[in-house]
Amino acid sequence: MSNHAWILLGLFLVVLLLTVKPLGTYLANVMEGRFRLAGRIESPIYRLCGIRQDEEMGWLKYAFAILLFNVLGALAVYALQRLQADLPLNPQAFPAVSPDSAFNTAISFATNTNWQGYVGEATMSYLTQMLALAVQNFFSAATGIVVVIALIRGFARHSAKTVGNAWVDLTRITLHVLLPISVVYAVFLTGQGVIQNFDAYKDVTTLEVTSFETPKLDAAGQPMKDDKGAAITEPAQTPTQTLAMGPVASQEAIKMLGTNGGGFLNANSAHPYENPTPLSNFIQMLSIFLIPAALCFTFGRMVGDTRQGWAVLAAMTLMFVALAYGAMHFEQQANPLLTQLGVDPAAGNMEGKETRFGVADSGLFATITTLASCGAVNAMHDSFTPLGGLVPLIDMQLGEVVFGGVGTGLYGMLVFAIMAVFIAGLMIGRTPEYLGKKIEAFEMKMVSIAILVTPLLVLVGTAIAVMAVDGRAGIANPGAHGFSEILYAFTSAANNNGSAFAGLSANTPFYNVMLGIAMWFGRFGVIVPVLAIAGSLAAKKRIAVGAGTLPTHGPLFVTLLIGTVLLVGLLNYVPALALGPVIEHLVLWAGH
Amino acid sequence: MKTLLRPAVSLFVLLTAVTGVLYPLAVTGVAKTVFPEAADGSLIVKDGKAVGSRLIGQNFSDSKYFWGRPSATGPMSYNASASSGSNQGPLNPALVDAVKGRIDALKAADPDNKLPIPADLVNASASGLDPHISPEAAAYQVVRVASQRHLLPADVKALVAQHTEGRQWGIFGEPRVNVLQLNIALDALR
Repeated sequence: MSNHAWILLGLFLVVLLLTVKPLGTYLANVMEGRFRLAGRIESPIYRLCGIRQDEEMGWLKYAFAILLFNVLGALAVYALQRLQADLPLNPQAFPAVSPDSAFNTAISFATNTNWQGYVGEATMSYLTQMLALAVQNFFSAATGIVVVIALIRGFARHSAKTVGNAWVDLTRITLHVLLPISVVYAVFLTGQGVIQNFDAYKDVTTLEVTSFETPKLDAAGQPMKDDKGAAITEPAQTPTQTLAMGPVASQEAIKMLGTNGGGFLNANSAHPYENPTPLSNFIQMLSIFLIPAALCFTFGRMVGDTRQGWAVLAAMTLMFVALAYGAMHFEQQANPLLTQLGVDPAAGNMEGKETRFGVADSGLFATITTLASCGAVNAMHDSFTPLGGLVPLIDMQLGEVVFGGVGTGLYGMLVFAIMAVFIAGLMIGRTPEYLGKKIEAFEMKMVSIAILVTPLLVLVGTAIAVMAVDGRAGIANPGAHGFSEILYAFTSAANNNGSAFAGLSANTPFYNVMLGIAMWFGRFGVIVPVLAIAGSLAAKKRIAVGAGTLPTHGPLFVTLLIGTVLLVGLLNYVPALALGPVIEHLVLWAGH
Repeated sequence: MKTLLRPAVSLFVLLTAVTGVLYPLAVTGVAKTVFPEAADGSLIVKDGKAVGSRLIGQNFSDSKYFWGRPSATGPMSYNASASSGSNQGPLNPALVDAVKGRIDALKAADPDNKLPIPADLVNASASGLDPHISPEAAAYQVVRVASQRHLLPADVKALVAQHTEGRQWGIFGEPRVNVLQLNIALDALR
């Protein structure tokens, strides 16, 4: 790994860790109702919406409220896509999105996945982008955060029947955290060059006339094909370039801050209009981990022992550094097949990377975006070296708990923490406990569901797709890499990441439906058991710390937690990974 | 369930109005006031006519211009209304063929060039719209461009140096040259 890469990684960690305490404290204050301005802003909203601020909800009611809010979101996104042709702010006159694609995108944005089967700048009207997609960026992020807050309350409260008020929580996190940070962030991004306007696409006269091949159409306007079924093309020329426009900066800010990852434009954060400079790239990386890291402190603060939060953050940070090293190291290695042709290997693997980011800033971004269930990309993961591409796959397959999505990462990690104390309890023959709460059969059942639902969706989904004709039809790259593309798609969908080995043609009814199902159950199949754990823990009495209590704030516990996360991840996925990136690596380097 | 429906719907509508309408409009207002040029796409205007954007690369194949990154957008290269990478895996024969073809084109335009071939000059960018090449990729093309334009290589080299940006703040990203701005400056030299 180059010196530049080490400096970048070091600086990233320092800046990130400096934000943890202030933001974590603010988050705790907001969510516990100690933020002073809150009352004046919130009371009119609650009155208007018929919300009783002091009404507390049990876990089941809380779960229903969250589900209802998200179902409304999915319906709204679907409707806006289907009706966009007849709605305003559509200067390119895009037609309605197809039903299967609209279904997939609705689920995708409601579940914080932001898997994108469509080409943004050639499909979605400005209205759909801002009123459907960007709104879900806020709401799905808020949903993740309030669920972890409910879980934290489960630990913090005792002998209680309730875990909070879902409406109040959603309102607070949206208005006092996500919105203000996004406003400042969006303006900063424009300063770097991100566009923000409602103009129609702009034609510019290029220096050189561009020659290209265009499909030849028959009299009926259909593309013509030759005897072998290949499309017939004819030469064409254009003196202009059409620049896509739109309100990008406002969407970009919440896309990163809420670990959503759905690009306004197809190339996502690789597009110069979404991520124009290396500085904007650094801030984008930072904004992905910002809230997930701060929530660890919020957790410690709310359970009354900040060491607990730091321990979880330490486990996350150690795994992050190891994986980031992997991605940057393997992308620094040039493709031996191209070196053979005389290409200078010094710059590393540059296929699918932007010059301004190069290998280090792309490798680090790839690690952060896949660990954090963000899924924005500043380089095309499909063109990574086999092991460079293995890292994003592993990042997601660890269950998106290393920092993870906003809220989702921490609740996932706390589920693993319960698993870890359970394993430790078995080893020494004591009833496991975590933060003064006994971990019993009900919690362990819910933990098992929460941990196993995503691997089940990923592995069964991949198996079905590789057996189905429609599944194999989407593959773009031959050999083991084609299998990796499918495995990546289901891994990304079920873990609500949203990045892709984007060669896979996934905008087909088969993938739109299959991945839609994976995203929905990968999201709510975890949220519901987590809220059940929250409710069950809140009802328990707090037990005093005794001589036999496993301390959960020291190096021993950090090691145990990392071990548990790795063990579950590896046991689930090693066979599948061996069939994809590992084989590809061996083939690529055979004879070199 | 019924007690949940009213708060759900009304809160959804209200927060949608705030985050989906007020927020983007407010950001547009501020952005257009503070950074009007950037908000509109960082356009380069020559004689009252937009000839491109500082941030969006253009297709160059004439040997008197510096060439940019290969672009995988369709149907034409550098299609700025359908950004895309090639998404070719490292073992894909199509990738090897494409790179071979680009090397041949570079050699055909400049047969005597013995410099190592810079990776970014033969590998497609992520967006298909990358406005930059590495300083090495620019240096590779200096002699060719100079001889095509009957200029001294030293003069072209100086122009490249003028258009080379280092790492931002000395830390972030990679050194780079903006191809469109360099080529516009070249045309102005005559």
